[in-house]
Amino acid sequence: MIRLENISWHAGAFRLENVSFEIPTGRYAVLMGRTGCGKTTLLEIICGLRQPASGAVKIDSRDVTGEPPGVRGIGYVPQDGAMFPTMTVREQIGFALRLRRRPIAEIEQRVGELAEHLGVTSLLHRLPHDLSGGERQRVALGRALAAKPSVLLLDEPLSALDEDLRDDLASLLKRIQRELGITALHITHSAREAAQLADLLFRLDDGKVREAS
Amino acid sequence: MSSPRSRLSSFWIALGLITGLYLLFILSMLAATAAYTTPGHWWRALAAREIRYSIGLSLATCTATALLSLLLAVPVGYLLSRGRFRGKSMLDAALDVPIVLPPMVVGLCLLILFQTPFGRAVESVVPFTYTVAGVVLAQFVIGAAFAVRTMRGTFDHLSPRPENVAMTLGCSRGRAVWLVTLPAARRGMFAAASIAWARSLGEFGPILVFAGATRMKTEVLPTSVWLELSVGNLEAAVAVSILMVALAMVVLVAVRLAGEKV
Repeated sequence: MIRLENISWHAGAFRLENVSFEIPTGRYAVLMGRTGCGKTTLLEIICGLRQPASGAVKIDSRDVTGEPPGVRGIGYVPQDGAMFPTMTVREQIGFALRLRRRPIAEIEQRVGELAEHLGVTSLLHRLPHDLSGGERQRVALGRALAAKPSVLLLDEPLSALDEDLRDDLASLLKRIQRELGITALHITHSAREAAQLADLLFRLDDGKVREAS
Repeated sequence: MSSPRSRLSSFWIALGLITGLYLLFILSMLAATAAYTTPGHWWRALAAREIRYSIGLSLATCTATALLSLLLAVPVGYLLSRGRFRGKSMLDAALDVPIVLPPMVVGLCLLILFQTPFGRAVESVVPFTYTVAGVVLAQFVIGAAFAVRTMRGTFDHLSPRPENVAMTLGCSRGRAVWLVTLPAARRGMFAAASIAWARSLGEFGPILVFAGATRMKTEVLPTSVWLELSVGNLEAAVAVSILMVALAMVVLVAVRLAGEKV
């Protein structure tokens, strides 16, 4: 479950005021809004990459507002995949588990499972500059899911892909979210994407979030 | 009346001509210097005990300066690139002061600093004035400023997103920088160290004023050129100059090769 309670955030003239919404456990929520309306800022507040001026962020009923990003139990997939430039696909997917000092055998097993699930087994030895846009997003998804987070935050993960690939990856996202029972928040401009994926649809307008379905 | 195509051509031809003349001027300078001496003279000059000492001291101090500059440039460059704080533009401008100060003035400032109570306290532990440590410090003042510029540019070119992702996966900010950003910045770090090294190799004014020009003690390659010129030994001065040109070329090529892959 993701719950935002009266979140406010200011930067110059730009402000989010008293933003509140809730995504129940296991649901796939889509957040839409104009460019520059604060969608990414909101996602970064949930991640812990930005601190709100006021309000609370709760994940699975736990108040994580003051906690650093790494202990919130989230998986984050940014717009362009944000690959680690010097790591192979295998190292990217195993990164979170290596940080947690999991045994090598466990890391290998988890990387293998995720790679198979996401269709990137043949790419495990490759560096990011040898991957296509779609492959990068699959790897970014695997990397975000490796430590078994309870929520998945996706910032326009399909925006840089062509239409066929977008549909494939949208199906993959939905399938994985269902299989893992994970709570997902997906930011997009695309009404088509929202229609494909959303259990819940939110719109961010003039600094306020309202439910659209 | 000329066509747009021919106007464009004459425009580019004019630019090419200006660039070609400038390049010819640079190459003429280097060729004239190289032609002034013979390989025999060159080897004889470089075999002199004092010159060999100054080559060794230059290589050692430039390497120490490059490493120290990098140690400073990585955190400061990161702060300037990613930090958001009041007074950032003032700090940015202040860090350029060593670049715009006349070199002799840098030396004089160092000399005066080490006459203050603070400077004397430092000197009671590590003597800098007229010592090899002073050579490194004089080189560091200017070399580090260039290294900071280079590292800032490197971090500006690297997206902060991978670092943010690493933080959501369990890293602290410092660990994310260490594991994700610094490996990606390795070529920029090499370029920063190389630029600091090359700047230090040619540094003369601050070293002359702050560390002196004592043979077999604080004599580095630019000092050798000056000392040899001052006693009328033009061939030795030219031999050392050619060596410095060769070293500068090696650094230039290395930085270019690294830069193309950043």
